[in-house]
Amino acid sequence: MTTALSRGLWACRCCRRLCRPSAGNGSDAERCPRCGATVRPRKPDSLSRTWALLIAAAILYVPANLLPVMQTSSMLGSSRDTIISGVVYFWTSGSPGLALLIFSVSILVPLIKLGALAYLAFNVRRPGAAGPHGLGRLYRVVELAGRWSMLDIFVIALMVGMVRFRTLATIEAGPGAAAFGAVVVLSMLAAASFDPRLLWDASGPSSHEH
Amino acid sequence: MTAAPESGLMACPECDRLHIDLPLRPGEKARCVRCGTVILRSPYWRPDQMLALVMAALIAFLLANACPILELRVQGSISRATLLDAILALWREDRQMVAALVFATGLLAPLADLLAMTALLAAVLTGRRPAYFAPLLRLIQQVRPWGMIEVLMLGVLVSLVKLSHLAQVVPGVALWAFIALTVLLAAVLSYDPRCLWQLPAGRKGAA
Ligand SMILES: [Zn+2]
Ligand SMILES: [Zn+2]
Repeated sequence: MTTALSRGLWACRCCRRLCRPSAGNGSDAERCPRCGATVRPRKPDSLSRTWALLIAAAILYVPANLLPVMQTSSMLGSSRDTIISGVVYFWTSGSPGLALLIFSVSILVPLIKLGALAYLAFNVRRPGAAGPHGLGRLYRVVELAGRWSMLDIFVIALMVGMVRFRTLATIEAGPGAAAFGAVVVLSMLAAASFDPRLLWDASGPSSHEH
Repeated sequence: MTAAPESGLMACPECDRLHIDLPLRPGEKARCVRCGTVILRSPYWRPDQMLALVMAALIAFLLANACPILELRVQGSISRATLLDAILALWREDRQMVAALVFATGLLAPLADLLAMTALLAAVLTGRRPAYFAPLLRLIQQVRPWGMIEVLMLGVLVSLVKLSHLAQVVPGVALWAFIALTVLLAAVLSYDPRCLWQLPAGRKGAA
């Protein structure tokens, strides 16, 4: 099994050129000769950064789900919506498909993403039964799916912007929206700071080849 | 640093496995033999065709942001807003963080991506490699994960359904522009600008 690192080569994350770090330099960073980006053998402090961002996201997940994300006031009175009451609203108003969509991207995806990243960060040194293949695939799915959690933030922003009837009704974003936005951003940063190459480094030079 | 031993090789970004960098036919993909990740995607379109796509996406972007997305009618009063109006409304009611997040992911990141692609493709087509070439490619790599036009598009459709319970909803020009932008941007984003490094400087529109 030949990896770039085992040949003493570092791959530029930006333009993918391989660089040979100058000998005796001893530093853990080089400048890419082609694009000028900083090149490192692996993402710096990958696991501690992932854990820190994950824990911050998990803490904010609680207020994101408990606090109202939207406050509607109209002549009929005012109401406060949390993420889950928004889902219930769609379910009871005859749009079960949309209710499922919002439930998946706003509640399930962040939860699964946080859980999966924690599992990856915890098992990175001993890939176990799933092996680096399974864990690598899990990482790719989690990295791609996370962005769809932004859906609720966009819906809130559009509702706030659209409903501007001074006398009839107004909609305001609630504090839960800020917390939820932070969860999405922090979990995206956590996924970006995890280095999937660590999964394979741990499996060592022993095959796993197709 | 020396150039000799590492040229002609590339590493898988997911597992670091070394591969020999063979030329691909247009539209072909190369997968890692160890983990299966797509490590190289040869562009289906030539740079001049790409530039036309990017310009079309920029026009759709302008329309999508300059025109109202929807128009609401309740008892004779009308309310309409563009995406920027929605962001400003959030900002004014002290949700600056949410406003900044929507601005960055729905507006700024896609715009920066499209403008950087325009400059890069124009440079390649004129056969030059100007000083801004590398910084712009770095910018695209940084910005691309944060552009979320396709999620915003879905958000527009969901809020359309949600608002139709409250009022009469008339779709605006920007709604169609957003749909066009989502399709065009999907094509633009499938183009990995890193392949521009492979095009020899000084040659026009290499296939
Ligand atoms: Zn580079
Ligand atoms: Zn691989």
